Amino acid sequence: MLILEQVNKTFSPGTLDEKHALKDVSLHVRPGDFISIIGANGAGKSTLFNAVCGVFYTDTGRIILGGKDITMTPDFKRSKVIGHLFQDPMRGSAPDMSIEENLALAAGKGGWLSSVSRADRAQFRERLALLGMGLEDRMDHRVGLLSGGQRQALTLLMATYNVPKLLLLDEHTAALDPGTAEKVLNLTKSIVAENHITCMMITHNMQSALELGNRTIMMDQGRIIYDVEGEERSKLTIHDLTEKFRQASGRDLDNDRMLLGVDQ
Amino acid sequence: MSFATILGLGQTALELGLINSLVVLSLFLSYSMLNVCDLSTDGCFTLGAAVGAMVAIAGHPYLSLPAAVCAGMCSGFVTAVLQTRMGVDSLLAGIVVNTGLYSVNIAIMGGKSLVNLNKIPTVFSMLKDVLKQTPFKGMETLIVAFLAVALVVVFLSWFLRTRLGLSIRATGNNPDMVRSSSINPIMTTTVGLTISNGFTALSGCLLAQSQKSADINIGSGMLTVALASLLIGGVFFGRRRIPVRAIGAVIGAFLFRLVYTIALRFNMPSFMLKATSSVIVILAMFIPYLKRQYPNFARRLEARKGGR
Repeated sequence: MLILEQVNKTFSPGTLDEKHALKDVSLHVRPGDFISIIGANGAGKSTLFNAVCGVFYTDTGRIILGGKDITMTPDFKRSKVIGHLFQDPMRGSAPDMSIEENLALAAGKGGWLSSVSRADRAQFRERLALLGMGLEDRMDHRVGLLSGGQRQALTLLMATYNVPKLLLLDEHTAALDPGTAEKVLNLTKSIVAENHITCMMITHNMQSALELGNRTIMMDQGRIIYDVEGEERSKLTIHDLTEKFRQASGRDLDNDRMLLGVDQ
Repeated sequence: MSFATILGLGQTALELGLINSLVVLSLFLSYSMLNVCDLSTDGCFTLGAAVGAMVAIAGHPYLSLPAAVCAGMCSGFVTAVLQTRMGVDSLLAGIVVNTGLYSVNIAIMGGKSLVNLNKIPTVFSMLKDVLKQTPFKGMETLIVAFLAVALVVVFLSWFLRTRLGLSIRATGNNPDMVRSSSINPIMTTTVGLTISNGFTALSGCLLAQSQKSADINIGSGMLTVALASLLIGGVFFGRRRIPVRAIGAVIGAFLFRLVYTIALRFNMPSFMLKATSSVIVILAMFIPYLKRQYPNFARRLEARKGGR
């Protein structure tokens, strides 16, 4: 599905701010995988996602998606097959445009000079209704008027409207209140399961990292330091994870937010 | 002031307002939709005037309109390529093109800085002959300008609802989202600026032909005037639907002209036009800013008083 081979990325090379953000990262994601990714701040989790969806080109290494080398493919072309959600619910939609117009762009159907047809509108309504937020009755409202949770749910719908090969979730529920976060997370789970989307999710909540999906990856200082699945994973506790972190990195995992899992 | 004078003034304001509103609609596309402040507007306006004048002199008054539009689109394309493909900052790209256009425009006008169209058939003079025997006598400028504006408004209302138009709007609103919709924002910016500059040049062409001369300074300050009109229109129609906002831009241009015409009646010297437009733009930007900042300012003042 997704293969990363020896991927390296250094930001601001040759300056005082030089940061080797990804160090020889190799990863093989199988079709249907749901991988949760954990790690302290600055471990390179988001950088890994950005490398995969083409926010920047990697310095060395190869990225292969669905058998195609996409290492030098520009971001807007990769987004045909990769969906990307961020912590900030504002990033995925255009605030001054209506829900319908946002969806029309995400659907990307028809020629450049075609406009939204009645059939399109009916389909948008149908898909919006699945979110269970009443957005289907507000299709001509500006997206800027929606709450964070509604907006993130809409972004999720937009990112998966044309089923992507790979869905990247970068703490996409962290900025929402607990109730809404749960709702959006459940939506995510059902959409991913229904469409058999291969999915990677960054989370700071160790509990949900272990509960969700079939595989967990731990990152530290630009490396993947622990990759677990199957039986071994099913027996893991949060305590085991922190212990693994100490073993692999030689440091304590000193991130309260992560240990307590306050954000989800 | 007699009724006829008022009517005459109103008609002049309407004519010039309509012609100017093409530039306002151009900015509506580039500034309001694409979020690019296109500083090549002045030069592009003159380009349209120059090309239109020369084509009319060559004996093709009708051809002068599409010719001017094409010239403007070329200019817009260059501005767009500079800022999307050549690493030139967006504002700087406009300034550079604007400067370059000065030479281009003089070259087009055969090395002169003023071209006279007095005895040359133009779209207006041709229509004037047609209308001589009808009730529309003397309204040729109004009719041509109105048709052009109506055409552009209808075009924009349709275009901004197509997939391409939606992409252009999203590019100005949230470029990240455009990329994640598999659309190249470089393409949308290029298309948007190309089209918008076509309108600007059309406006220049019409103004030159209606006043029967094109000179190298015909476009100077046009950006500010148009921006002022756009902001005036935005005050009344800011958050409405696209067609309403486009018509709002036209009304803004007319209101601006009307205020200016009245000011002229009260003996404001005509050279004050540009200062007036500057002040309107400043006020349109400053008042919302003041609204946001004033509470904090008041509190700081309070704190300072209380501190002593």
